[in-house]
Amino acid sequence: MKKKWLSYPYILWMGIFVVVPLILVFFFSITTSSDGTLVFSLEHYRRFMEPLYLKVLLKSISLAGVSTIICLILGYPVALILAGRQMNKKSFLLFLFVLPMWMNFLLRTYAWMTLLEKNGFINTILSLFGLGPFQLLYNDAAVILGMVYNFLPFMVLPIYSVLRKIDHSIIEAAEDLGANQIIIFKKIIFPLSLPGVFSGISMVFMPAVTTFVISRLLGGGQYMLIGNLIERQFLLAGDWNFGSAISIVMMIIILISMGVTSKYDKEHEGGGLW
Amino acid sequence: MVKNIINRIYLFIIFVFLYAPIAVLIVFSFNDSKSRARWSGFTLKWYEGLLRSPDIKKALYYTIIIAILSSVISTVIGTIAAIGIHNMKKWKKGLVMNLTYLPILNPDIVTGISLMILFIFIRLKLGFFSMLLAHITFNIPYVILSVMPKLKQLNKHLYEAALDLGATPTYAFFKVILPEIMPGIITGALLAFTLSLDDFVISFFNTSSGVTNLSITIYSMARKGVNPTINALSTLMFLTVLILLFIVNKRTSKDTH
Amino acid sequence: MAKNIIELVDISKTYDSTEVLKGINLYIKKNEFLTLLGPSGCGKTTTLRIIGGFEFPTRGKIIFEGKNINSLPPYKRKVNTVFQKYALFSHMNVEENIAFGLKIKKVNEKTIQEKIHKILKLVNLEGYEKRSIDSLSGGQQQRIAIARALVNEPDVLLLDEPLGALDLKLRQDMQVELKRMQKQLGITFIYVTHDQEEALTMSDTIVVMKDGIIQQIGTPEDIYNEPKNAFVADFIGESNIISGIMKQDCLVEFSKTAFQCVDKGFALNQPVDVVIRPEDIEVSSNEQGMLSGIVQSTTFKGVHYEMIIKTDSFEWMVHSTAMYPPKSAVGINIAPHNIHIMKKVVNQ
Repeated sequence: MKKKWLSYPYILWMGIFVVVPLILVFFFSITTSSDGTLVFSLEHYRRFMEPLYLKVLLKSISLAGVSTIICLILGYPVALILAGRQMNKKSFLLFLFVLPMWMNFLLRTYAWMTLLEKNGFINTILSLFGLGPFQLLYNDAAVILGMVYNFLPFMVLPIYSVLRKIDHSIIEAAEDLGANQIIIFKKIIFPLSLPGVFSGISMVFMPAVTTFVISRLLGGGQYMLIGNLIERQFLLAGDWNFGSAISIVMMIIILISMGVTSKYDKEHEGGGLW
Repeated sequence: MVKNIINRIYLFIIFVFLYAPIAVLIVFSFNDSKSRARWSGFTLKWYEGLLRSPDIKKALYYTIIIAILSSVISTVIGTIAAIGIHNMKKWKKGLVMNLTYLPILNPDIVTGISLMILFIFIRLKLGFFSMLLAHITFNIPYVILSVMPKLKQLNKHLYEAALDLGATPTYAFFKVILPEIMPGIITGALLAFTLSLDDFVISFFNTSSGVTNLSITIYSMARKGVNPTINALSTLMFLTVLILLFIVNKRTSKDTH
Repeated sequence: MAKNIIELVDISKTYDSTEVLKGINLYIKKNEFLTLLGPSGCGKTTTLRIIGGFEFPTRGKIIFEGKNINSLPPYKRKVNTVFQKYALFSHMNVEENIAFGLKIKKVNEKTIQEKIHKILKLVNLEGYEKRSIDSLSGGQQQRIAIARALVNEPDVLLLDEPLGALDLKLRQDMQVELKRMQKQLGITFIYVTHDQEEALTMSDTIVVMKDGIIQQIGTPEDIYNEPKNAFVADFIGESNIISGIMKQDCLVEFSKTAFQCVDKGFALNQPVDVVIRPEDIEVSSNEQGMLSGIVQSTTFKGVHYEMIIKTDSFEWMVHSTAMYPPKSAVGINIAPHNIHIMKKVVNQ
């Protein structure tokens, strides 16, 4: 028809600012310029395979994984409860739930800094009972806490949106056929909510595994997740090649996890942000 | 009945979890000492410090300017692009949409770093312009994703009806198509604006110390340790967001009838 | 020459390697109500859109009042369209919708108001100027869509299945209304529908189409009474179509019986299709009919009973005011002038 050329400026823009940069990253990851000349090399990837760095990778994946699971366990009931309530209260509660999400991400993370530190709020309260002070900050638990706090809504919203779409007459039909609440949940509600669950899992896991802010602020200056590793290579060590290799590895992880979750969510009906 | 009470208690606990940190931040922004734990009296000095700080003012200025510019530019490019994409054949459309999803699905650290490499490669000095370009780049896909559904819903005969009645293609576009997709355009613009205001990672890698935004400033302050000025900033930002969201909520519940 | 307002000369259209129109030749007279009739996919809407300028023919010419308008865009043609789902501009009210085309032509405000008033009167919606589109019912929206097109005083009005979304009673009322408007305004209407009753009710001329080819052109009576082939016979009204053999002029054999008929000019023993309308079959209780059979089912349809009667070789659909219950043995008679013979259709 008419006007498909309208998208050409956009495609050009994306080519320059999205595709070319990624090609550059890939390029840096597979070359090295030891003596001023460019040589194809996989040494950066090999270097990443060293136990030192693999440990960082594993740590990122496991922390993100734990956070995702916690978000799922805490968040699924929230979605269930919110989806089950009657009308006007529901939209207000949803509004309340979404509100913190719109607060600046750094401030939300910073908030936990003040709560968890040695002289922070929690330790002060505990000291009133003669407990502590505990080292609550600068460890794995603090980072996980930060991830869960920041990403919980991303787990709840997709599940909530899928649960909302469940036609109530299905549930009535099940009741009519003799099912009790437990069976209805196990056999009907939960299976139907799976697209939302998978959407939620990927919306939590992906930012969690790639974060560097949460690990820096709540884990401390020496705490290394894969995001911090990348940042360090580019801004401190100046080793763009290695940093690019790590970035490519990170992208591959993301692609794999997306591939896995989209296998279960074929029609993208997992209720995104919209 | 019991289930209802358990539900309410659980929700309450979750909401406490969500709001407690924010509440503590707000309360201690009025604390007359640096302590984040002991209350020494009410004061507004942290707010005064905030409003007098040139760094904060500069950061606020850049944050808002970049947000406005990038949302306007990305809305224009994105809307035009959405119309073009809407008219493409299936396989081409799929290809372009995959391209569109790329910056959304990519971790922001990779997007940030790759843009930084590009700018340095083409010898563009990192600063205002590079930050703006970066923001526009990650904003356009969201605009497209907001406008496309509206285009899909459009009755395809509307444009033809306008032509049939004597309108030239341009006239038909501005008088008929644009008003119909306007809700999507506005949503896209607001989304872009919000994402831009809040962005940290991509901005962090694509600017220099001369130009900064609010998030970057908070990060540098927070890295040095806890500072009640940040608390004051948090309170103000929280109130702003609260008011804005409230207005938007009122608007959308009016529309959904 | 001035009689034909539009001529389609050898129009063909191909989409993605499918030929949707295969050489359409048609002329349309001034002030006539012409209907393009056929099943989905026959090309009728494509033909209409080509006339409107929304599609361009792959081959062929469109002549409008003697001039070739192949490359003329829609906004320059003296033709207006009423779209299937009305395509009203929902962000404008009724009078703004109607005024849309007039404003483009830079008609002055006073004249616009007069024309809007007159056209709303024509479609029986006086006083609706300031109403919003969302507040109108389907039938009202339909009439506004018609008003919006007609107010521009086109030479030809194109209507693409405009009544499809309306319920039966409203549709029938609108059919009468449209016919009245066409006669009153004296302009050419080109109407597209798949509903043969609608076509028979409203048209001066019907063009029956199938698979991109014109099957027959004629008045409603012609098409109904003298269908040219089995497809047309089957599409228009209900028919019984049975294979037979022409024994000689005015004598055809089917169901192992010879029948007098009125068609001649076929070769000896030529295989033919025999078409008989259900309402043309006489049923009697005695078994002394030309054919005999058993009633399979009887359904009350209000105006008549519909019975399926099985003879040894064929199941006949019969419409009759007389009722015979299932399992009764009956006789069938068919008068010669009710037997229509047509050549067997070769697959195109």
